Amino acid sequence: MSAPQPRRIRAPFDDATARSLRAGERVLISGVLLAARDAAHKRLVALLEAGAPLPVDLDGQVVYYVGPSPARPGRVIGSAGPTTAGRMDAYTPRLLDAGLRGMIGKGYRSPRVVDAMVAHGAPYLAAIGGAGALIARSIRSYTVLAWPELGPEALAAMEVEDFPAIVVIDSMGNDQYALGQRPYRRL
Amino acid sequence: MREIPAAAITAAVAELAVNACCRLPDDVRAAICRARDTEPSPVGRGILEQLEENAAIAAAETIPLCQDTGLAVIFADIGQDVHIVGGDFTEAVNAGVRRGYAEGYLRKSSVAEPLFERRNTGDNTPAVIHVRIVPGDGIRLRLAPKGAGSENKSVLQMLVPADGMEGVRAVVLGAVEAAGPSSCPPMVVGVGIGGTMELACLLAKRAAARDLGSRNADARYAALERELLEMLNKTGIGPQGLGGSTTALAVHVEWAPTHIASLPVAVNINCHAARHAEALL
Repeated sequence: MSAPQPRRIRAPFDDATARSLRAGERVLISGVLLAARDAAHKRLVALLEAGAPLPVDLDGQVVYYVGPSPARPGRVIGSAGPTTAGRMDAYTPRLLDAGLRGMIGKGYRSPRVVDAMVAHGAPYLAAIGGAGALIARSIRSYTVLAWPELGPEALAAMEVEDFPAIVVIDSMGNDQYALGQRPYRRL
Repeated sequence: MREIPAAAITAAVAELAVNACCRLPDDVRAAICRARDTEPSPVGRGILEQLEENAAIAAAETIPLCQDTGLAVIFADIGQDVHIVGGDFTEAVNAGVRRGYAEGYLRKSSVAEPLFERRNTGDNTPAVIHVRIVPGDGIRLRLAPKGAGSENKSVLQMLVPADGMEGVRAVVLGAVEAAGPSSCPPMVVGVGIGGTMELACLLAKRAAARDLGSRNADARYAALERELLEMLNKTGIGPQGLGGSTTALAVHVEWAPTHIASLPVAVNINCHAARHAEALL
């Protein structure tokens, strides 16, 4: 049994792309991703709650939950694999309300986040956790947009080319973690 | 009495930090390679292949296997006939962490205080240091960087004796199922049984940091390690939680005498990048 070739898509996502992705589908993403994790999420939501402008327009954006290791001289970035998405669950529905259209991380999401994803037609994808050296090869640039004092937790934009990911929860709420595990469960 | 300079400890820790974060230990690499041959899920096999590719890139370019280069957890067995000269032990270890994490371009993931400010210390210190005083005149340093994806899924349960073997199985299964893809499976699962609350946790941590392929010296606990591994690989979680039969590469159990009324069980999970490096001074 051979898997079909991964589908090439662009980020930020347009409506058609976001809604057409299906749980289990492998993709190669080119374009621009936002990089943000715990601290940047907290600050983004605080700005939204205060009615203040954000450092970046979230419309159509895809956020990669990543806190990269420092770049060696002459390199764009260090190791750059995904971090656990569930830690962002408290903030995610608010960001989806503000236009965010996709997320890349690893691990389960809460039912509340999945409901918000379905409501906004936004998929959640997984990158391979712990494969930060491999993933870094698809990252062409890393530009801090805000909060450099957060170090690896700063809000950044990343140009990517053929960034490998797999759709885990699609915009209809299908969950590849559940679908993929079931056939192999023997307990 | 043998004198060991503090500077030698610093140099060793700095080198261990870089090696542990950038070079997948041979025992772990071999386990991933074996898993690739036995994993029935094509998606799972593909992921295991990419983990091997990741390790090759990290080693060739000396960049971290994973961006979460962790808190520096250091197990130090210090011979009682050693005299450390030219500085104090804790500062020597922290100086090594500071140097290794800077020179190796490793991520600094330590915040100085956990609740109010959470300000990054900027140099990944302080290390988490576990010291044992042992016979002899050498120092054995084992550095096991610990990322939070797996560490956050640790579990401690204070079972009672009547819970027995069934209770132990349920705690281990519950921890791994709750962790799922967040802990970057295939995992290495450390289980500490017995002792007191804090000793059970330390046993689990030591178990998780053991070499793959090592077995508990007590045949009953070695059999338990095999049994728990078989159980976890029937959960279906698989590589990265996307389904398969390689949920764990190994289960290691460490145990200690305990109270007549207690059966503490601690679970500490390591991701597939089960990093460890060791030096003898």
